[in-house]
Amino acid sequence: MNKAANILIVGVGGQGTVLASRIISQAAQLSGYDVKQSEVHGMAQRGGSVVSYVRFADKIFSPMVEIGQADMIIAFEKLEALRWSDYLQSKGIMIVNEQEIPPVSGMTGTVSYPGDILKTLSSYCQTITVNAIGMAIKLGEPRTVNSILLGTALKKLGFERSIGEKAVIKSVPGRTVEVNLRALSLGWDLI
Amino acid sequence: MANVNVKKNIEKGGDIIVKLLSGNEAIARGAYEAGVKVACAYPGTPSTEILENIAVYDGINSEWSPNEKVAVEVAQGACFAGERALVAMKHVGVNVAADPLFSLAYTGVNGGFLVVSADDPGMHSSQNEQDNRYYAKFMKMPLLEPSDSQEAKDFVILGLELSEQFDLPVFLRITTRIAHSKSLVVLREPLNREKRIYAKNTKKYVVMPSNARKLRITLEERLQKLRIYLDTFPGNRAEGSGEDFAVITSGIAYQYAREALGERATYLKLGFTYPLPEKAIREFAALHDTLYVIEEGEPFLEEQIRAMGVNVVGKEFFPAIGELNSQMIKEKLLGEKSSSMITSHNLPARPPVLCPGCPHRGIFYVLNKVADYITTDIGCYTLGTLPPLNAGELCLCMGSSIGNAFGMSKVMPDRKIVATIGDSTFLHSGITALMDVVYNRGKIILVILDNSTTGMTGHQHNPSTGFTIKNEPTKKIDLEAMVRACGVEQVWQISAYDLKQVNETLRAAIACEETAVVIAKQPCVLINKRMARSYRIIHENCKYCRSCLDIGCPAIGNRDGEIFINEVLCNGCAVCTQLCMFSAIEEDRGYT
Repeated sequence: MNKAANILIVGVGGQGTVLASRIISQAAQLSGYDVKQSEVHGMAQRGGSVVSYVRFADKIFSPMVEIGQADMIIAFEKLEALRWSDYLQSKGIMIVNEQEIPPVSGMTGTVSYPGDILKTLSSYCQTITVNAIGMAIKLGEPRTVNSILLGTALKKLGFERSIGEKAVIKSVPGRTVEVNLRALSLGWDLI
Repeated sequence: MANVNVKKNIEKGGDIIVKLLSGNEAIARGAYEAGVKVACAYPGTPSTEILENIAVYDGINSEWSPNEKVAVEVAQGACFAGERALVAMKHVGVNVAADPLFSLAYTGVNGGFLVVSADDPGMHSSQNEQDNRYYAKFMKMPLLEPSDSQEAKDFVILGLELSEQFDLPVFLRITTRIAHSKSLVVLREPLNREKRIYAKNTKKYVVMPSNARKLRITLEERLQKLRIYLDTFPGNRAEGSGEDFAVITSGIAYQYAREALGERATYLKLGFTYPLPEKAIREFAALHDTLYVIEEGEPFLEEQIRAMGVNVVGKEFFPAIGELNSQMIKEKLLGEKSSSMITSHNLPARPPVLCPGCPHRGIFYVLNKVADYITTDIGCYTLGTLPPLNAGELCLCMGSSIGNAFGMSKVMPDRKIVATIGDSTFLHSGITALMDVVYNRGKIILVILDNSTTGMTGHQHNPSTGFTIKNEPTKKIDLEAMVRACGVEQVWQISAYDLKQVNETLRAAIACEETAVVIAKQPCVLINKRMARSYRIIHENCKYCRSCLDIGCPAIGNRDGEIFINEVLCNGCAVCTQLCMFSAIEEDRGYT
């Protein structure tokens, strides 16, 4: 694979986007690719807009994805999907979790949470919406949102199922492996 | 040397371990493989994870130092005594540590000495974007700039070897994108390095003028030997054979340049950027008509190359302000505009704010009512200057709040001036300013916001928490005893969540004729998991006066003419209940 796969994982601080990027990187590494992953951490605040970048190919130089270059955006939250959407290239895929987390400025009534985000996104790009939180609750473990979204994303990226499973096994805490594998499989079979 | 042919390694099977590591994790691994025995740091983004990862190795004596200057001095001692030592800090930390570092270049080393400076172009979490490569040149320290995690690890090992070989401390400079980006790294076994013998040598280790004058000369001789070695240094290399552009680059900018220009350019990739490899640059220049210097930040390479009499193109194309990226290079050199489908959404932002339940919030709320001017400092509490609290006038650097308040009070003696500083920052460099206030007969009010941790950088221990970097229990600095020992007689310890007590104490402190210190205690809400409770609005009682919104708590919302509390975000500090005049906020017993 000469051309790099460029992926953005976006969400709100505390949602687990860093773990998700680690699992994608792991899958890429297991498939024999060069891989780079990037995120900014520092401020211990929760609830900020967060982004991480994953790129893989035979050889990767820059760890960053530029505006208009992403093949896929995995959005853990709807508003963040819209915020980062200009990073997507014209044929890119947006995978968006249906969850809404109002920002503080929205909570205090100064700005309202935009309506119709999914409609807006669909008019611009190929959008796959996933009710991951609903599926995770049904599974009995709300914290598997991550693995559900990853199931859909890893399949769409063309990874082998066994590689996706191995990446999850290597990345999540031992006692949660089983439920996360079930979650991965739910997301995998969604498309 | 740094290119990992990963696929081949994996196919070869088990004998080579390749791991995806951040630059900071790779530096820690490098310290381990190079046989570093003492490592010191004060936390600071983007450098913090270096020491956190080094501390995991049993064989490395690691510490959170009170500040960067102390970190360097401790590591110096270890290096003189014969072991390899490493210090890590964010770019502005080098300002604090500059004093011992400048003279260390004069004395040279015994065991290898490496200083890691993590710069923050774009100021993701910093007050300035100083380019610390100038420090290396100013201090006359060899400067290495890795461009990925593999090089970060390799350069730690190499830097320590060169340090011993040329009797010089070595400066390893990374940036946020190196520190926090992960790439594949080949792991090796640690070196079996013998400790060097310490022998008393005052001519080398005591920098009194008569010795320093001689050391000043040997410093130039040592650097000259290094310049000769540089001609064969494998980390400076020409790459590619593209004919459209000839590029000289270093650090993360190398990755951006390769990404943008690919096979269309020829590159001179520099791993060593002070002293510059003059011979390699002249040879490269002789082959090309136009040379582009692609570097992030200041024109550090460009100025030095121009000074050699070699003409280059640089900052007239690429900005010195903020971060560089591959798109900028494509636009400037290839005329390729970025292609984005969607632009300019006016979306609600998610700015950093004080967390729900943050103990600083109530203090600032009361200070706004009782003080004329508030000086603030580096830490989470700098966020108190944002709306709606708007608490604070000045913030410049670690420890500055106390000196700043004292200076203001000299000019505005009739004003109530309050300095605010966290526990870790006070111990870092606030204590000396407090001595100044007392010694020079000043009068200010100091509030120490004691949340028992170093919060902003992600909860590191400090001398007042009672634990070391390895979580070993240790003696705990008693802040009150320390403040009293400085000569302050008016000292209070209060709970930051009790607004009545906060209000009465601050008023009493302000009424004092002399300097007064209030220690407002309450652990950071993110580490205090005991408060598994939340609050809710009793809508029948709520008169919609919106007093509770004055503290800017992210858990309190105002939508469609109604106040509500988000029970998931609420951390149960109960500060809002003390603002409500209508008893409209109560503990939510339905939620645990």
